[in-house]
Amino acid sequence: MGWKILEKKFLNPDQTLYELVIAAPDIAKKAKGGNFVILRISEQGERFPLTVADYDREKGTITIVVMKAGKSTTELSLMEVGDEILDFVGPLGKCAHIDKYEHPVVLVGGGVGIAPIYPQSVELKEKGNHVIAILGARTKELIFWEEKFRALDVEVIITTDDGTHGQKGFVTDRLRELMEKQPLSQVIAIGPLIMMKFVALLTNGSKDLPKVPTTVSLNPIMVDGTGMCGGCRFLTLDGQTKFACVDGPDVDGHNVDYDNLMARNSRFQKVETERKEEFDHKCRLMAQADKLNAEGACED
Amino acid sequence: MRKYQINNNRTPMPVQDHHERIHNFDEVAQGYTEEMAIAEANRCIQCKTRPCVKGCPVEVPIPEFIKLITERNFEGAIDKIKEKNVLPAICGRVCPQESQCEVVCTLGKIKGSKPVAIGRLERFVADWEQRVKGIGEFDEGACVDLSGNPKVAVIGAGPAGLTCAGELAKMEYDVTIFEAFHKTGGVLVYGIPEFRLPKEIVRKEIDNLRECGVKIRMNSVIGQLFDLKDLEEQGFQAFFIAVGAGLPIFLKVPGIELNGVLSANEYLTRVNLMKAYRKDYDTMVDEGDTIAVLGGGNVTMDSARTALRLGAKKVIVVYRRSEAEIPARREEYEHAVEEGVEFHFLRNPTKIIGDGKGFVKEMEVIKMRLGEPDASGRRRPIEIPGSEYTMPVDLVIMAIGTRANPLLTQNTAGLQLNKWGYIEVNKQMQTSIPNVFAGGDIVTGSATVISAMGAGKDAARAIHKYMQEKLSPSE
Repeated sequence: MGWKILEKKFLNPDQTLYELVIAAPDIAKKAKGGNFVILRISEQGERFPLTVADYDREKGTITIVVMKAGKSTTELSLMEVGDEILDFVGPLGKCAHIDKYEHPVVLVGGGVGIAPIYPQSVELKEKGNHVIAILGARTKELIFWEEKFRALDVEVIITTDDGTHGQKGFVTDRLRELMEKQPLSQVIAIGPLIMMKFVALLTNGSKDLPKVPTTVSLNPIMVDGTGMCGGCRFLTLDGQTKFACVDGPDVDGHNVDYDNLMARNSRFQKVETERKEEFDHKCRLMAQADKLNAEGACED
Repeated sequence: MRKYQINNNRTPMPVQDHHERIHNFDEVAQGYTEEMAIAEANRCIQCKTRPCVKGCPVEVPIPEFIKLITERNFEGAIDKIKEKNVLPAICGRVCPQESQCEVVCTLGKIKGSKPVAIGRLERFVADWEQRVKGIGEFDEGACVDLSGNPKVAVIGAGPAGLTCAGELAKMEYDVTIFEAFHKTGGVLVYGIPEFRLPKEIVRKEIDNLRECGVKIRMNSVIGQLFDLKDLEEQGFQAFFIAVGAGLPIFLKVPGIELNGVLSANEYLTRVNLMKAYRKDYDTMVDEGDTIAVLGGGNVTMDSARTALRLGAKKVIVVYRRSEAEIPARREEYEHAVEEGVEFHFLRNPTKIIGDGKGFVKEMEVIKMRLGEPDASGRRRPIEIPGSEYTMPVDLVIMAIGTRANPLLTQNTAGLQLNKWGYIEVNKQMQTSIPNVFAGGDIVTGSATVISAMGAGKDAARAIHKYMQEKLSPSE
């Protein structure tokens, strides 16, 4: 028994970003913002974690948004509606802490991190919060779900590095403007480690800006996702070793050693690159073979 | 009194040559032939006191099955074992017989004589059965259907859970095992390497359970996907929690955050469960020329011997006590030595040093000496000040134990835990919640496969008693 892909959509013209809606009724009943799932596509496949981007308890579905990076995420992008994912485990990790706050809550989503701030925006909105969502990316094509966020009736701020959509600049520029303007109760940042590091620096209190409690979502290398392997461990600034899968993935953004986490992400880089090249090469060969077959050149 | 002709010498186990075997993951110990098994079985003097049976946590009728081997009745022998043990092919391979049934063997008490090789004989008949019946594909149609009977949920498909489920199915309960991973077997598939316990054997034993009516639901992390209340709503009336060992312990020394420092749990899971040793599988595993493995237990030996097979040039076990205190099975230690694993006893790491790019380069260790015995009865290791030195290493694998996994326990209201986070149970394996039972590593902390199986068996009996009282309340 597998988990069926019900919908598939590429989110940018280059087809590097895609959205999958997966039938997983039991997981959908329990999933909340902050949770993650672990997938395995084939018998030879690896287990890899993805953050829950949306859930529909009635339809019994989980939505994930994926950025093509290595072999597994590329392979997943080749699966079609009706195909089944071999293993789909979740909801894992602690769900986000949702409360009613006095001041606005700002959610910062960078790149593919735009997706996982969506369910938290919904939950915070349902609690009656003033929610501001900053959606940031390198360029216009990589901003997605803008309408979906606007439909929530939250304040949406778009920012791109090159200024092709929304304001030009980084998410931290927009966050700083908000912080200068008004008191904020909470910042939730999900995106590349470097982005979360700078968001946390900005909100950690300084001469001209107050400290704002900040949560970030970690997505390190892991195997089981249930606390057993310890591969996802990270250092806190006060000297503890924690596991992202059971202590997180959402953690206090002001108490993470980001530089170490970035170094830990390079653990398999060399082999990963080799495997990805091998896989791309194979895909090209297959495409060529398909073409030849179609032309009848390969028939006996 | 009749005088026995004592045969002092055990029939040796044929093993794969150690020069060969460090280049493959095939099983090291290759098992007795029929003639070897009969010869070894004939050594048993069938003593009246039967201390071996008391030494076995699941009370296998050892003298009886051995006698049947001497009569060449292998089918009878395996049936005899299965009265008490649902996973004989596994136990014959991984039980620490030298500290259980064999240590008390009467023959072993006679000067100059060695105990009967009970484990090897158990393995022989279990393998004989698998060979004769064939390791075929699992046949769904051949399964007993227990649907409609009272439902019991077993959480965790490791040795404790599998045993408990097997026993409950024998008593005709409708049992479902919920397993977090995508494969069943727990430590038998993620922890113990192929060369010590072929996964095909585990699969066959589990298929046997399924044919007896045990249902298994994979990819289900209880405490996250469902909690016990949800399962009660699904009709389950009693529970056995056997979620096993948990979070790996990392030494508290500088440098454990470097790439190249990993837990034995992770190392072994990548290699065994995810098959990182095979190039056609996607999962990767850290590699290096010089690998240090910390600890002295079976998991340490498994990691060290796996590292050799993955091509490490030098594998060093660093253990803070001396050779005499090593908790690993003797056979695993001897195999490791034979294969070329180096042992640095009375050493403890003080620092792991990086190469400036985030990867391990060296490890600083300090020499130790043994002091007075501690609470465990073993002599306590004490640091020798100023004796630190560094050794070049590419990987440091920590096999120094685990602590309780909080996933299920933190999401189960009313479940009483001890101060280390393990579940508290009474003599009937019952927790503070009357219909919830628990056993295995989540109760005892890291222990052995067979003790977890013993707990699973006891729990099955206790659950049966509980259910009988519940289903037919006394007048």
